[in-house]
Amino acid sequence: MQLKTFPGGLHPPDNKQWSAHKPIEDCPLPEELVVPLGQHIGAPAVPCVAVGDLVKRGQVIGEAKGFVSVPVHAPTSGEVIAVEDRPHPMGRDLPAVVIRADGEDAWGDLLAPLDIAIAGIDELRQRILSCGIVGMGGATFPAHVKLSPPDEKPIDTLILNGVECEPFLTADHRLMLEESDRILSGIAVLQKILGVRQTFIGIEANKPDAIERLSRACADLPVEVIPLEVKYPQGAEKQLILACVGREVPSGGLPMDVGVVVQNVGTCAAIADAVLRGIPLIERIATISGPALVEAKNLRVRIGTPLRKLVEVCGGTRVEPAKIIMGGPMMGMTQLSLEVPAIRGTSGLLLFTADQVSTRPEGPCIRCGRCVRACPAHILPTTIAAYARLDLFEEAEAYNALDCIECGCCTYSCPAALPLVQSIRYAKNAILAKRRKV
Amino acid sequence: MIAAVISLGGIGLAAAVALGVAAKKFAVEVDPREAAILEVLSGANCGACGLPGCSAYAKAVVEEGVPANLCSPGGQATIEAIAAIMGVAAEAMVPQVAVVRCQGDNRKAKNKFHYLGLQDCNAAQRIADGPKTCPGGCLGLGSCERVCPFGAIEMTADGIAVISRDKCTGCKKCVAACPRNVIAMTPRPATVHVLCNSHDKGAVVRKYCEVGCIGCQICKKTAPGAYLIEDFLARVVYEQEQDAAPGIEKCPTKCIRDFALGYPEGSSFKAAESRPEPEHAA
Ligand code: SF4
Ligand code: SF4
Ligand code: SF4
Ligand code: SF4
Repeated sequence: MQLKTFPGGLHPPDNKQWSAHKPIEDCPLPEELVVPLGQHIGAPAVPCVAVGDLVKRGQVIGEAKGFVSVPVHAPTSGEVIAVEDRPHPMGRDLPAVVIRADGEDAWGDLLAPLDIAIAGIDELRQRILSCGIVGMGGATFPAHVKLSPPDEKPIDTLILNGVECEPFLTADHRLMLEESDRILSGIAVLQKILGVRQTFIGIEANKPDAIERLSRACADLPVEVIPLEVKYPQGAEKQLILACVGREVPSGGLPMDVGVVVQNVGTCAAIADAVLRGIPLIERIATISGPALVEAKNLRVRIGTPLRKLVEVCGGTRVEPAKIIMGGPMMGMTQLSLEVPAIRGTSGLLLFTADQVSTRPEGPCIRCGRCVRACPAHILPTTIAAYARLDLFEEAEAYNALDCIECGCCTYSCPAALPLVQSIRYAKNAILAKRRKV
Repeated sequence: MIAAVISLGGIGLAAAVALGVAAKKFAVEVDPREAAILEVLSGANCGACGLPGCSAYAKAVVEEGVPANLCSPGGQATIEAIAAIMGVAAEAMVPQVAVVRCQGDNRKAKNKFHYLGLQDCNAAQRIADGPKTCPGGCLGLGSCERVCPFGAIEMTADGIAVISRDKCTGCKKCVAACPRNVIAMTPRPATVHVLCNSHDKGAVVRKYCEVGCIGCQICKKTAPGAYLIEDFLARVVYEQEQDAAPGIEKCPTKCIRDFALGYPEGSSFKAAESRPEPEHAA
């Protein structure tokens, strides 16, 4: 059978064998947790605790500021020892609450569980906001915003993203295998909020065990599991929608423009915890992998745990890592050190050795067209990148630079080693900055 | 053949007449002064005057009474020429020259990470605020060099921008291109400058740069009045620049430089033999 997919994209070696078979392990609590107040897209939370305060696990330590924002909670019980700027995975020092764990890990007062059958839609949405749920595939967009489509945009389809197309990462895979009941409860909540007609779970065909497991679990539910071709970036929102329901999100549009909401399976599980158990988002599953590491693992990590701790739990490093990436190798963020905390978007931590870091000097574009063929957004990466270099942003915009989803396929495929996606990103930033000004 | 000549010739004639009539009828009145001013401007279209090109400036001078002393590439001669055309008194302009306030090249200053991406300062600055540990240091990727219309900027082999005082006309294009605000416009007569752009405390600066200003106040004590210290960073008080020289020797990190005596290490530019007469300072 021809598997569903989207046009474009490519297939990097998936390297999932290192961790795919490893059950999720709990990462031990560190002594000190650094919880950044900005871990999501949108306005950072405002701290509501002070140095010396004793906090309980799950207590709010930062309040949401504005609609596109979420609160931040204490990942464990302990004492607040600092509210200050600390190194953040974004590469600069940003405000954070530092907690010294007391080792008791005592829960604070949690919000009461809600009954989906009785609770109103606004109540459910409010709960998702109060528990700080954000998109856990890595984009960290506040979940309640995605679940509040305006009236003129009716939603008929919910798609659960269990694709996990980034090489190395297996966190969602393990979640689907081991904790599918959390995902199913989350689906029920999402179906109630959105009132959708159809629900799909998209999973890449390289996870047959997860496909089987969820298909069996969903046999009696109005949910269909769709096996998808193994291809990067199959898990990108627009590409996933195209593959699952054949609808193309218009240029500059959002999934809601074609009546679809996409949520990552991890987000869905977190939503279930929030609604049915009142538990806020204080931990996540992350894949720790990469050739510089002794042993790859899937860890359940408290937000705020220093990356160094995660590496220790995996037996440390074999060699000095030459490149540290938070997230997947295609779209993740390079880290300057292991002294930054795991945050809500930390889907993985990858340590690479020096021989795997490409230091090939860039050459001139040989006009081979590989970037164009690989681009899932169907734009012309090399043309836009060339405009970006000349600071010709209007031309870049005319070539639909803003449609770039920053998947990195172009850079990956370029034989001339041109930093294409970086140049396009540069242009996108300039275009958006100009739009904000006028 | 003849038919073709006649018809094409006829069309040409008709078009010529139409164009001639249109040129008379729709002629745009150009103030002759505007054309005259355009003649005396430098023609670099650099934008230093703040207008999009030389002709826009010429127009603005005539129509909007924009001051006559904005063309820095043209210098005093141009100011006087414009003033004469417009019949106003020439106002003196202290000529400006751009200075890169940093000497922390790749051997003297540390980097947070090894940057392999797009070789452009603005693009690099977007990645974790730039690879250089110092928040104000020159990234050495040459964004300023590429915009300078006069070829006045060179990048040293160790990655620092240096501006030739002979070639720089003071157009300020490089200032706008630099993401780290390293380049400052300074009065041309002043040749002594503090070449550092870090406002961090001395102890912090020492950790990442050998030639950074540590805010120790020694220059200020050695040459009172010629230096000013703000947020751990010294600056030359350009009105008193003639007294600044004694501070140069005393500076423990050697971050003060007299460009009359030499350019930063690695630069191919040659300094004037001696300190020039302060002709414009009056
Ligand atoms: S241009 Fe953007 S969307 Fe297209 S391949 Fe490059 S990064 Fe991906
Ligand atoms: S892949 Fe690289 S070399 Fe090929 S066309 Fe694109 S930019 Fe040019
Ligand atoms: S002065 Fe500024 S623009 Fe020029 S190379 Fe240095 S950082 Fe880049
Ligand atoms: S160095 Fe700067 S100010 Fe001087 S001419 Fe070049 S761009 Fe203009």
